[in-house]
Amino acid sequence: MDEGRKIGEVILDLKNISLRFGGVTALSDISFDVRKHEIRAIIGPNGAGKSSMLNVINGVYRPQEGEIVYLGKHRHDMDTYEAAKSGIARTFQNIALFKGMTVLDNIMTGRNLKMKSNFLLDALYWGPAQREEIAHRRKVEEIIDFLEIQHIRKTPVGRLPYGLQKRVELARALAAEPSILLLDEPMAGMNVEEKQDMCRFVLDVNDQYGTTIVLIEHDMGVVMDISDRVVVLDYGKKIADGTPDEVRSNQDVIDAYLGVSH
Amino acid sequence: MFYRESGQFKATYAEDSEIFPIRQDKIGIAVILAVAFLGIPLLAKTGFLSDYTFTAILTPFLIFSLAALGLNILTGYAGQLSLGTAAFMAVGAFASYNFMLRIDGMPILLAFILGGLCAAAVGIVFGLPSIRIRGFYLAAATLATQFFIVWCLTKVGWFTNYSSSGVITAQKIIMFGYTFDTSFSKYLFVLSVVSVMALLAKNMVRTNVGRSWMAIRDMDMAAEVIGFRPVRTKLMAFAVSSFYCGVAGALFAYAYLGTVEPEGFNLDLSFRILFMIIIGGVGSILGSFLGSAFIVLLPILLNMFTHFLDSSIGVDVPSGIASSIELMVFGAMIIFFLIVEPHGLARLWQIGKEKLRLWPFPH
Amino acid sequence: MHFFFEVLIAGLLSGVMYALVALGYVLIYKASGVFNFAQGAMVFFAALTTAGLVDSGLSLWLAVPLTMVAMVVLGLLTEKIVLRPLVAQHEITLFMATIGLTFFIEGLAQAMWGANVRALDLGIEDVPLEWLLENANLAVSQFDLIASGIAAVLVTLLAIFFSKTKIGRALRAVADDHQAALSIGIPLQHIWGIVWAVAGFVALVAGLLWGARNGVQFALTFVALKALPVLILGGFTSVPGAIVGGLIIGASEKLAEVYLGPYVGGGIEGWFPYVLALLFLVVRPEGLFGERIIRRI
Repeated sequence: MDEGRKIGEVILDLKNISLRFGGVTALSDISFDVRKHEIRAIIGPNGAGKSSMLNVINGVYRPQEGEIVYLGKHRHDMDTYEAAKSGIARTFQNIALFKGMTVLDNIMTGRNLKMKSNFLLDALYWGPAQREEIAHRRKVEEIIDFLEIQHIRKTPVGRLPYGLQKRVELARALAAEPSILLLDEPMAGMNVEEKQDMCRFVLDVNDQYGTTIVLIEHDMGVVMDISDRVVVLDYGKKIADGTPDEVRSNQDVIDAYLGVSH
Repeated sequence: MFYRESGQFKATYAEDSEIFPIRQDKIGIAVILAVAFLGIPLLAKTGFLSDYTFTAILTPFLIFSLAALGLNILTGYAGQLSLGTAAFMAVGAFASYNFMLRIDGMPILLAFILGGLCAAAVGIVFGLPSIRIRGFYLAAATLATQFFIVWCLTKVGWFTNYSSSGVITAQKIIMFGYTFDTSFSKYLFVLSVVSVMALLAKNMVRTNVGRSWMAIRDMDMAAEVIGFRPVRTKLMAFAVSSFYCGVAGALFAYAYLGTVEPEGFNLDLSFRILFMIIIGGVGSILGSFLGSAFIVLLPILLNMFTHFLDSSIGVDVPSGIASSIELMVFGAMIIFFLIVEPHGLARLWQIGKEKLRLWPFPH
Repeated sequence: MHFFFEVLIAGLLSGVMYALVALGYVLIYKASGVFNFAQGAMVFFAALTTAGLVDSGLSLWLAVPLTMVAMVVLGLLTEKIVLRPLVAQHEITLFMATIGLTFFIEGLAQAMWGANVRALDLGIEDVPLEWLLENANLAVSQFDLIASGIAAVLVTLLAIFFSKTKIGRALRAVADDHQAALSIGIPLQHIWGIVWAVAGFVALVAGLLWGARNGVQFALTFVALKALPVLILGGFTSVPGAIVGGLIIGASEKLAEVYLGPYVGGGIEGWFPYVLALLFLVVRPEGLFGERIIRRI
């Protein structure tokens, strides 16, 4: 744990969020908050509603009940475009890269909201559009250096191995220079070395860029090591919320993972 | 050994993002442009190339390439399957005609641009369904565009200047006092327009506009999360694509056929252009040109082949059968390409270049 | 008022025949997930082959079975040469392959039989049914009635086939998930062969009926294309949907032509069904009976 980082005030507050799909309740009265600069983990058994929670935060799903407070604004639900514009970026459980484009292009799409050019200037290219394109390319190259993917920048993403695809997805999310980064199982399907690399990147992002991170992860070792606070979900309900140590010794959490019937 | 890149280093991002980063490619495209703009005119002047070359091969090749570019932007880059290409060409043609007809002193290029803009407007309206519909449902919906627009142009007499046969005769192309009325001068005119528009298209697809289209095509949910706006992006694709098809339609009327009627922009033409991008390479600027060349040359080659059969073996192939065989060959080629190389001739070209890099070494 | 009913009934009857054509599409889509754009060309091919054989001197009773054989062969060859190599590809690729197939079949038909219009006489006359004319003062074509009767019977049989028989179930399994169907032992190639043969049979019946009604000519392919709006309304995977869609399209097309047509110069039939389908899609993207596609992120 890095003592140098200062964890700030609450920037995202979720209050009493309930989400239903027809007869299925995905989330039931969930409340927790996220503080600036922290690494917040969401854990829980499969089907607990973790991905749904992230989807609510960035507007893919609209909750039936509850309130989202972000950057001081109170909302009933989040709009995807607004979320993106106000600095929320994310990665997906089943990689959502643009298979038809190269790594470089994929990461450049992350810069979309920062681009001012319109299609007419783009078509002419010479002048403002070219300058802007190069400026964004420069930023993207910084991220490529940061995540050590220089050697594959011109490769179509469809050809990359799984671990590298996940890294590219992280790069794309970083390209937007987000305030909050939502990571949905960023280490799923990786071997030990890849996981260590990814952990290092996540910590570096938090350190160097000061990005707040909300992270879904199954690997307990990773969660306990890098997170500041943890939320535990089970069957759509919150069953624990606190530091890793507090959560680790919480009986309800142990029960949920061991599968004690309730 | 001719195609080695070693020794060519890119020192700036500007150099890295050039359209033709490899020096050999730069030379190649310079040669092609020289041949197109200078070489062919020279040959024409000295009588080596007949009118036929222009009217039957070069000019239609260029015009269809432009239409294929348009369709490629919509279907290849933005992923919106469309069977209404010919309808947008028709709008461009008839709009340009009316602008020239009804406004005195209208410059021809402006008329084409306005025609293209009309096509773009129609494209946006008929592209609205794409907000909700996708895949081949969308393709079926674009049939509505195709049939309705042609019907409209036929029924509403104003568009055809109340011509009783429905046929309009395009005005002459006159720029700065010079009349483009030989097949050769028309070729140069079309070549210039198409070259410029191809460059604009290439620029669009390699910058944010192009990326927005490809993002919506590949994974629109994720694209939305990044901040792309699906509605705006799709409608932009329809607009730009229809503009290109509209200008192609205007050129079709003014620089190729001379006289057109709405029925001439029928479903068959839409399919033909779709075939061009399938065979040439979906999602590729080069592919639009390659596909167009293929589709334009194929009937000519088949023709030559049947004549050859006739003169050498004495097998007489009646013209009715010849056109049926043409259909069969088209169909078979489509299927062949989809099985063997779904990314079309453009990908075969890329593979060829890869092999050239290594030549004469095996690996 | 009479006139309205006559137009309505004529429209409904032609709608049943549209449904028959649409059925061919539904069959193949249900069984293999492929949208076979070439179904229309197959209708044309069947009609033209039968008419050609009859014109060359064969009796109808011989020509039809022979054509059926040709259709089955065509279907099996298509499955083997076009579909099998493309099995794993994106559905749009398969769709485009069937567009290529359309051109191929149309070219083949015309290469074999020429491009002239041929008449096809099925022995049923296109005159108003006496009974209805006398009792209800309605002029309804005898041919239309019998044709739609045949179509209705066929449609019912196919609906039962799909839902009640073992092969029908196997077909639905295959359409859902090729891999899974393979893994439980469903013989994929076998099934597809059957499906294409049945689709060929449907195309033949549709071709005979439409060909007898309108004459066998290239324009027949446009009739077949009208099946698309039918499918859009009824959903691509539903047999009852095809029927309902066909009825709606048939009726609305005729009514629009008769009642709206005079105001706008006629010729509405060419695009009205498509525009109707388009508007429908905007409201309900998966058709009346189609399955809702839910995408997970």
